[in-house]
Amino acid sequence: MSENNRSIWVFGDYRNYFQNRVTLQLLSRAIELADKISASVCAVVMGHDVDEYVGEYIAHGAQKVYVIEHPQLKNYSIETYSYLMERLARIYKPEIIFVGATMFGREFAPRVAKKLGTGLTADCIGLDINEDGLLVQIAPSFGGNLLAEIITPESRPQMATVRPGTFQEIPHDYNAVGEVIRIPLPEDLPEDRVRLISTERWRKKGQRIEDARVVVCGGRGMGSKKKYKKLFELSQLLGGIIGATRPVVYAKWVDEESLVGQAGKHIRPKVLFSFGISGAIQHTAGIGDAGFIIAINKNINATMMKMADVAIVADANQFCTALTRELKKRIRS
Amino acid sequence: MLKLVVCIKQVPLVSELPWDSRTGTLRRELAEGMINPACKHALEAALQLKQKHGGEIAVFTMGPPMAEEVLHEAQAMGTDRGILLTDRLMAGADTSITAFTLAKAILKECPDFDLVLCGCYTSDSETAQVGPQLVEELDVPGAANVHHIELIGKTLRMKRISDNFIETLEMELPGLVTITTQEFQPRYVPLKGLQDAFEGSDITRIGADDLGLDMGKLGTTASPTKILNVYSPTAKKKNIVLKGSAKKVVEELFDRFEDKIGGAIRKDLKVEKKYNE
Ligand SMILES: Cc1cc2nc3c(=O)[nH]c(=O)nc-3n(C[C@H](O)[C@H](O)[C@H](O)COP(=O)(O)OP(=O)(O)OC[C@H]3O[C@@H](n4cnc5c(N)ncnc54)[C@H](O)[C@@H]3O)c2cc1C
Ligand SMILES: Nc1ncnc2c1ncn2[C@@H]1O[C@H](COP(=O)(O)O)[C@@H](O)[C@H]1O
Repeated sequence: MSENNRSIWVFGDYRNYFQNRVTLQLLSRAIELADKISASVCAVVMGHDVDEYVGEYIAHGAQKVYVIEHPQLKNYSIETYSYLMERLARIYKPEIIFVGATMFGREFAPRVAKKLGTGLTADCIGLDINEDGLLVQIAPSFGGNLLAEIITPESRPQMATVRPGTFQEIPHDYNAVGEVIRIPLPEDLPEDRVRLISTERWRKKGQRIEDARVVVCGGRGMGSKKKYKKLFELSQLLGGIIGATRPVVYAKWVDEESLVGQAGKHIRPKVLFSFGISGAIQHTAGIGDAGFIIAINKNINATMMKMADVAIVADANQFCTALTRELKKRIRS
Repeated sequence: MLKLVVCIKQVPLVSELPWDSRTGTLRRELAEGMINPACKHALEAALQLKQKHGGEIAVFTMGPPMAEEVLHEAQAMGTDRGILLTDRLMAGADTSITAFTLAKAILKECPDFDLVLCGCYTSDSETAQVGPQLVEELDVPGAANVHHIELIGKTLRMKRISDNFIETLEMELPGLVTITTQEFQPRYVPLKGLQDAFEGSDITRIGADDLGLDMGKLGTTASPTKILNVYSPTAKKKNIVLKGSAKKVVEELFDRFEDKIGGAIRKDLKVEKKYNE
């Protein structure tokens, strides 16, 4: 069946709080884009006991929700979920499918795209519709300060994954109404070849960088592992969390957990200190929601300095030492 | 005998490479290449399986002729065969076509494989898409972002961290995994070993003809995604610039923004004037 109306789909990823947020964020962007191609916005939800999410997606702007509900779908399964998504997409033929770039989404989306024989752009930081009505997928590219605009001119659907925090969700509207289309689990569903033996919650110790009010980020400009370590004391004084750029993580000055950017965490601290960081787009993609940015760099022309509220032209190390000393004095007093 | 396949990619050593503004693709020929870090962990995982269970490791890479280097390096680590997919027609492939081309080559050179290992992502494109798409092409069970594997007969037991869950999974081989950089610290390759590998390597070169594929199926032409435009984003924000000695700048910072910083850390950072004397 092909619908008269075009539609934009958002994969309903809800397994934990942050996954669910990215679904809401994508719905919000989908609504804006749908306007430009007169399409409807739909969410697709698979699982067991998912009514809560169906309601939430409607309250966040989904006009239609396709639901496949079954005890067998209780756990996220890559094979079954991608199989079902392919099937739904072949029946209802959406123009566009958005998937949150969660760990699951990043495995799910490429498999769905391959099954459907269509293209997929990973980690878009912008999505738009051009004058030809095509989805423009804006993604950082080629290891530098560049953005690429990517389109999928022929194959359908057009597909993109987007990291959590890239778009803003719209507020709940509990008066919103939407259509719920329930689809039974197909009887010929193939057996899962990847068996889930056990699953447990993984708790990272301590505060998460995503929630930190203060983040102290250090880049290659800190000079060495030893000098980089000085940031820990500063960060502790500020009750903050350490962040890092990729070269620093590769050099093993700090764990991968601390990576901020396209490939790492999206952060939204009230105050962000950025020490010796050039400001490549892959890094700045993760700090779009930072409140007040203080950048320290010896090069006033670094992109990071242009993005900062306060740009301090200084040696990152010397400044770190001076700031630590001053803070100790002030916090004691 | 256990037949292992590892897909590795050569990535530029420098991250700021020029790109060809006409085609919108990276000018890889200008970079010095290395094995993508996650691919190295995948190689290590394969080598450990071989050590424990015996078997043979075939390594595949698609890229320009110089990508052959990474196959030599892999052999120095202890792999057995190298297969280089190189052809002008293959250039500019997106992830979907990369997976398609790799799958064709694997099925031709190593049709009875037990396990394919990929890196979880590459440092130059970082899509993490090729592994999962290769799973589809090969039509085998597969799991991404695995940090632990254990082979029990023909069953592969895997562990991975996925969205704040630790999952233990199992599948029957043949299958595919993508390996993270968490475990499987790659072994060190001594220089001597590297030299030997360059001299006596077993490398097979494969072009489009060998796979019976033409332009319509390969590279940029066949790729569903197209690059419209590449540009440099401009920074915004009207900011305040502070300069001078570190000590002076720190003082100025607190004079002007003590409330902002104090507010964020929920501490009063005001000092009595006497401290500044
Ligand atoms: C696919 C892909 C994904 C990526 N994902 C990420 C990601 O998620 N996160 C990330 O961070 N990067 C990522 N990168 C890498 C990114 O492109 C940059 O290479 C990286 O962010 C640069 O890190 P940096 O600023 O620390 O180093 P550099 O770019 O080398 O900058 C160092 C800065 O320090 C300054 N400096 C030097 N000495 C001093 C001193 N003594 N005092 C003060 N300042 C000094 C210099 O002026 C310069 O501005 C990715 C790259 C690719 C290709
Ligand atoms: N050109 C290539 N040749 C061989 N393997 C590749 C190639 N591109 C990607 N891969 C494999 O796919 C993984 C993920 O790559 P990517 O999707 O580019 O992040 C890599 O770690 C490799 O194992």
